[in-house]
Amino acid sequence: MRHGFGHWPDGLSGFASWSEGRAFTPSKTKKAPIMGLQVLFFYLFAFIAVASAFMVIAAKNPVYSVLFLILTFFNAAGLFLLTGAEFLAMILLVVYVGAVAVLFLFVVMMLDIDFAELRAGVLEYAPVGALIGLILAAELIIVVGGSTFSPEIAKGIAMPIPAVTERTNTAALGDVLYTHYIYFFQIAGLVLLVAMIGAIVLTLRHRENIKRQSIPRQVARSPETAVEVVTVKPGQGL
Amino acid sequence: MEIGISHYLTVSAILFTLGVFGIFLNRKNVIIILMSVELILLAVNINMVAFSAFLNDITGQVFALFILTVAAAEAAIGLAILVVFYRNRGSIAVEDVNMMKG
Repeated sequence: MRHGFGHWPDGLSGFASWSEGRAFTPSKTKKAPIMGLQVLFFYLFAFIAVASAFMVIAAKNPVYSVLFLILTFFNAAGLFLLTGAEFLAMILLVVYVGAVAVLFLFVVMMLDIDFAELRAGVLEYAPVGALIGLILAAELIIVVGGSTFSPEIAKGIAMPIPAVTERTNTAALGDVLYTHYIYFFQIAGLVLLVAMIGAIVLTLRHRENIKRQSIPRQVARSPETAVEVVTVKPGQGL
Repeated sequence: MEIGISHYLTVSAILFTLGVFGIFLNRKNVIIILMSVELILLAVNINMVAFSAFLNDITGQVFALFILTVAAAEAAIGLAILVVFYRNRGSIAVEDVNMMKG
């Protein structure tokens, strides 16, 4: 069990203490099925994430690519949940699925492009890319997959995660984010503001011969200018 | 069998590689390239969160949040530039991006 700040738990791994901290069954007999479920869900999420990530880059239709990107993000959010980063998992869904993927979808559908033409000669550099990709993947997996991390590095941590029974993940993140990282947080907001203004400035265009609302003209109207009294002769109409 | 940090790092490495490979594969289509960049940033985020859980240190999650912010801003600006470019050239092929060549 983890006990708040300052106390370093037994066993280095957050994953090892995951089952102790998250499983609400202290008895040893019920721990094994929960660990089994964790393994099962990890492989489920990981496999679907990798497969749909491959489909993102391999799909012929960019709309399918965007939809597979959404699936990838959903499964990555599942992986985040398994590690205990609940707030980030939800934020991943809100920001990526809700905003970024929809933005991609809008742009893909808005632009009138022959995507088949863009895919012509797609296999030209595929062998080179696959070779580089395989080498890169092999290197990364050999390095990170085969290595074990010394328990010594856990002594240098900055902000321990409090026990989940004391503080939820969202509250714990807020405790750190609004105090130690307040300037970074403000700068992140500034980045988003600049991105928003930049996107608007880039895409806004004033087209001519389009009827627009003119608020000063509307406000300046008086009954004399707005209403025209017409005397209609009987039986004739206007 | 237990899921440790190396499992997460392996998934993240595969996602990263797929992102890099996607840039090679779809080198003409800027939209797919932007999606590949999103995949790469997602792989980085998985790394951050995995180490955060492994070390029991919440700083990794804080920085994952910042990476998320920057990725969202990057996607917005990138797509805005793409829309403007399409209006000017009627195409989004990478090989047509030579307007500043003079």
